[in-house]
Formats: sequence, C-alpha cells, structure tokens
Amino acid sequence: MINYTYTVWIPLVPFLIFILLGLAGHRLKPRLSGLIGTSGLAVITVLSYITAWLYFFSGEKIDNTFQKITAFNITWLQFTDKLHIDLGVLLDPISVMMLIVISTVSFMVHIYSLGYMKGEKGFERYFAFLSLFSFSMIGLVLATNIFQMYIFWELVGISSYLLIGFYYQKPSAVRAAKKAFIVTRFADLGFLIGILLLSFNTKTFDFLTLTDPGEPAIAQGGGIAFMGLSVMTWSMILVYMGGVGKSAMFPFHIWLPDAMEGPTPVSALIHAATMVVAGVYLVARMFPVYAFSAPAALDVVAYVGAFSSLFAAIIACTQTDIKRVLAYSTISQIGYMMLALGVSGYGGHEGLGYMASMFHLFTHAMFKALLFLGAGAIIHAVHSNYMTDMGGLRKYLPVTHLTFLIACLTIAGIPPFSGFFSKDEILAAAFHNNKFLFAVEYAVAGLTAFYMFRLYFNVFWGEETHYPKTPHEAPATMTIPLIVLAFGAAISGFIPFNKLVTSDGKAFETEIEWIIAVPSVLIGLLGIGTAYILYGKKTTIPDRLAATFKYTYKWAYNKFYIDEIYLFVTKKIIFRYISEPVAWFDRHIVDGTMNAIASVTQVVSFRIRGFQSGQIQKYTFVFISGVILLVLIFIYLWP
Amino acid sequence: MNAGIPLQYFLILATIMFFVGVYGFLTRRNLITILMSVELILNSVNINFLAFNRYLFPHKLEGFFFSLFVIAVAASEAAVAIAIIINIYRRFTTINVEDVNMMKF
Repeated sequence: MINYTYTVWIPLVPFLIFILLGLAGHRLKPRLSGLIGTSGLAVITVLSYITAWLYFFSGEKIDNTFQKITAFNITWLQFTDKLHIDLGVLLDPISVMMLIVISTVSFMVHIYSLGYMKGEKGFERYFAFLSLFSFSMIGLVLATNIFQMYIFWELVGISSYLLIGFYYQKPSAVRAAKKAFIVTRFADLGFLIGILLLSFNTKTFDFLTLTDPGEPAIAQGGGIAFMGLSVMTWSMILVYMGGVGKSAMFPFHIWLPDAMEGPTPVSALIHAATMVVAGVYLVARMFPVYAFSAPAALDVVAYVGAFSSLFAAIIACTQTDIKRVLAYSTISQIGYMMLALGVSGYGGHEGLGYMASMFHLFTHAMFKALLFLGAGAIIHAVHSNYMTDMGGLRKYLPVTHLTFLIACLTIAGIPPFSGFFSKDEILAAAFHNNKFLFAVEYAVAGLTAFYMFRLYFNVFWGEETHYPKTPHEAPATMTIPLIVLAFGAAISGFIPFNKLVTSDGKAFETEIEWIIAVPSVLIGLLGIGTAYILYGKKTTIPDRLAATFKYTYKWAYNKFYIDEIYLFVTKKIIFRYISEPVAWFDRHIVDGTMNAIASVTQVVSFRIRGFQSGQIQKYTFVFISGVILLVLIFIYLWP
Repeated sequence: MNAGIPLQYFLILATIMFFVGVYGFLTRRNLITILMSVELILNSVNINFLAFNRYLFPHKLEGFFFSLFVIAVAASEAAVAIAIIINIYRRFTTINVEDVNMMKF
C-alpha cells in the first residue's frame, strides 16, 4: 500500500504561497515574488506527476480496477454522529488526471506570466491570486465530499472574480468581474439546493458512499416524485445547474466572453483550461448517481451541452475580438464534453462517453491554454485584441505562428494531433446513443475548424496591416510555455485513456471507428478549406456573405442578443415589478415606521423642552402651586 | 400690652407680606426685585416667629433668637446675592434673569 499522505501538500503549498505573497508581497521585489509563486507551482507539478505515476502505474489494482483512495481526511464540522463535513484528499483516476492538467497548465501560465505581466502594477498581487486559484482548484478536484467541493467551488469563483477584475481601474474589467461573480452565484444557488436535496435523501455528503454503485445511497429518493421527475432527478439537475454556471453553458454562458477582460494568461488558466471545466468534472464525479438514479438529468446534461456547443460555435464565427472567439470556442468545446457525459452509460464500453469526455477535457486543456497563450503573445506584439488590426504576422512571430497552427489543427480534429482522438471518441459515443446529437456535434466539428482557421488566416496570413511599431517575437519566458504546451497538444492523443480513466475504473478496448473518424476529418478539412477561401487572401467574399445574410449575421454578431434579453428581464421586469415595489415598501413602510417613531419623539420632546427652562421662578411657581393644591386638599378634602 | 393688638392682626400682616413676597418672586424678572421679594418672605416669617413667641410662650426666647438668626442669614445672603448680581451685570450688562441663559441647553 503506497502512502499518499504527502498529497495534502499539493493544495497546501500554493495556499502558503498565497498567504506569503498576499501579506508580504509588496515588500518583496516583484521579480522575486513571481519566482516564489512559480517555484511553488514547480513543486506541486512534480508532486502531481509523482502521484500520477504511482497511482496509475505502480498502485495496486483490486480486481483490475483503479481504487478510490482517501489519502487524507479530517472531520472539519461535526454536527451529529452521522452528519459531518470533512476536508480531505480523494485520489481516483479523474482527480489524478485533473491534478496533471491543473499543475501543468498552471505552471506554464506562471512561467508565461513572468514575461507577459512584466512591469505591470500589482505584479505580486497577481501571483498571489494565481496561487489562491491553484489552491482552490486543486482543493476542488481532490474533494472527498460534495460539501468540500462546494467550498472550493466558491473559492475558485472568488479567485476568478479577483483575477478578472485585476485591472480594477478599468470600468469594463470591474463590470466583467461583477458579472462573472453574480451569474455564477445564481447557478451556485441551484447547486447548493441540489446538495441539500441530495444529502437529505442519501444521508451522506461523502463521494465514496455516494458514487459506489453497490451502496444503497444512490437508489434513495427515487420513489418520491415532483412534476413527473423523481426527487433524485431534481436534485441532480440542480447540482448540474451549478456546473452549467461554472462551465458557462447556455443559459449562464454570458459571463465567460466578458471575463476576457482579465489578463490573457488568466484567461488561459481559469477561463479555458481549468476552472470552466469544473462543471464537467462535477458531473463526472457524480456520474454513477446520474447514470443509476437520474437518467433524465443525464439527458438534460447532454442536450444543454449539445445546444451550447452549436450556439457558441455559431457566435464564434462572427466575432472579431480574438479572445472572444476563443471564449466562445471554449464554451463550444465544453459543450462537447457535457454531451459526451450525457450520452454515456456506466461501465465497460458503455462508458465510452465518460472516457471520451475526460479525454477531451485533458486535450482541450492543453490546446486551449496554448491558444490563449498564443493569443496573449499576439496581443503582446500588436497591442490590440481585434483581428482587423492584424494580418501577415507569421513573418514576425515565427514561434507563436507555429504553435498556434498546431493548436488550430488540434482543435479542428486533424490527425495525428490529440484533438482528433478525443473528438473522435466523443462522436463515436454520440453516434451509438443518439443520432440527432451526433449530427449536431458533427456540424459543430466543421464550424470549429472554420472559425479557428478564420482566426488563424486573419491573424497570420491575409493582407499585412501597417503596424505603428514592428511586431516582435515574445521573450523566452513566453515562448517556452507555448512550445511545451504545443508538444502536449500534439502528442497527448496517444495517452491510452481507455486504460486509465474510465467510468468504473476498469480498462476497456476501443479502436478508431473509421466510419466516424474519416468523415469528421473531412468536415474539419472542409472547414479549413472554407476559411482559406474566405480569409486566406484578401477577398470581398466575407463582406458579401455578411451582406447577404444580413440579419442572421447581425443576430449572431450580437451574440443572439442574449445579454440584451437578460438586461431586459432584469431591468425592465424584475427591477420594475419586483425590486422597485420591494424597495418602495422598505423605504416607505419599514423605514417610515422607524422615522415616524423618531419624529414623534422629537416633536414631543420639543414641546416639553420648555418646561425645563432653567428659570427658578418657573420651578417655584409650579412648586408653590403644588403646595397650595396640597394645602387645599388637606384642609377641605381630607376626611 | 396684650390688650392692644390681637394675634390675628400680626398673622394677617405676615400672610400678606408672605404672599406679596411670593408674588414678587414669581413675577419679577429683575434680580434685585427678586432679592427684595425674598427679603419680604423672610421678614414675614420673622413676624410670625415673634408674634407666636410673644402670645403663646411669653417667658421663652427661642422665637426672638430664631428671628435674629434669620436676620443674620438674610443679611449675609443679601451680601452674597448682590455680589453675584454685580458680577452678572458686568458680564451680561443686564440683570434680567431671562437674558442670563448662557448655560441653558
């Protein structure tokens, strides 16, 4: 038995660094605090790889199954004998895989930030927040129970808020930070209610009991029905609502594009690779519950995922801010992962979708982080976010160009890059379970290739814009992470996920199904070809197309007016018909009562204040009147 | 000597003086007048003491001594009061009690 107790240091190291940099960062030299943060991440990266190696390759498997190991556990809040909230470290295939993802991407982003954020005000604050984020995200994936997950879920929310609003003097960044926080808070309300319902019915918070198919816990609550669905289904849908918010699925996707106001490395780390996949991770973590006692909730997962991926892919085709294109692309790819989970079954080859989802999560983290860091390098060189200000950059940024091309090919699903393998598994899982969703995802695959290469051709090819300053390649601190991640994006498709990360911990056999793989590569190539025709050289076709489909284009360009609908609903309906009456009641009835009491007291006291005039003569007058009155009483009325 | 004036006459005089004093004390706003009213009250009490002493206990002297004592106290009181009044006048250039309200509220 391997002792995994040391894994508790994986979340603790970034936490201690956060405390150190947060309290003493302003006394240190910026460069030193950056190096402290980065070296802390280097430590946990090493620890994570050691853990993964021990877990996957030298840990003992019982009955050929990867075990779920509680490496560390303390009872944190003991309410009653049975009801207690623990904090601990749970190791199982998905959490170990997530450790690799988080530590790798976070480490790369730290190195990159040393170059990208150089000379920024608040450099040490930035690294403190990054460490806080790493701590919370690792705590989230290692959670032993759903309540611990919720705690860290909120912590990643707050670190995301802090980092989006890093440039707090920019009003748009402040607005974006607030929006991200409030929108996800709405979703988290559902999550919390879901947790309460779930733990009320199953009498446990613990993941081990909750997700063990042999335990009676997950069969509980199936009988009670509300609006045609069992309580268990409702609670799982509500839990999923938290995931929808964090993963920016429709209808809670509106915060993610705005979150691009944060520094670009933050977008790469939080809003592409790690935090936004927390929703996928949550569903995967609770997967046995979904599969056995709430299959209807799983359908919700699948359809929300499919819809979001199509929806976001269409919007991505029209945006001109490169970070926003990538943000919508992230939503689209996470939709893929959700869909894969939604169509999956439990155990063996049935669990193909589960495996595909985790596989895609892994490869997506690599190539999307790479895309964002590449975008950061481009922005660093051009000082603009807009494609219209770019063009012909391949001569000036050779390293960025090459790595960006690899990332684009990966996301388009061109073999032998990793995206091909993971996307192929997802399409296969969808094909075997739901032909309609398969068709949707097939179309999305084409759209993905199109919008990514639209971006690529617009930035690196096309007509060269006149630059005020000649763009130059980023420093080594920025290009090295790009190269490392490009390497990861290119080869991670060969990791045998079907042997390592499966729904029941057992390995199963998959092979590439050519009937699915060949058309998916073809549609990817079709998307690339279309993008080349439209944007490879300067032509008028895109403008003519936009003019032909004027309204559709405008509709998609304005993100289907979802933000406007939200604003309309909140400002015109909720504020006017609920908030304003409530505010009126508060201002006039509640405050009014208080003010009335105060003003009555004041008026009365003003009236009677005259009695205490300080003039002895008046007092004497009262005194003598009293004496006379008493005398009269004693003389005439006393018996 | 007792045949002359009956006791009631003294008492009526004292009562009238007392209430004149009280009236003056309550209605006047001039500090000197108030002080004079207080003197009237004190003297009406003195008359009462003397009259009762004379008519009820002719062979005792407590009443006389008491009124002497009152006169002494009244004299010192007048001295202190007039000193205060002079100071008030110097400060406020008035001796109207209603105008001396600096410490109020």
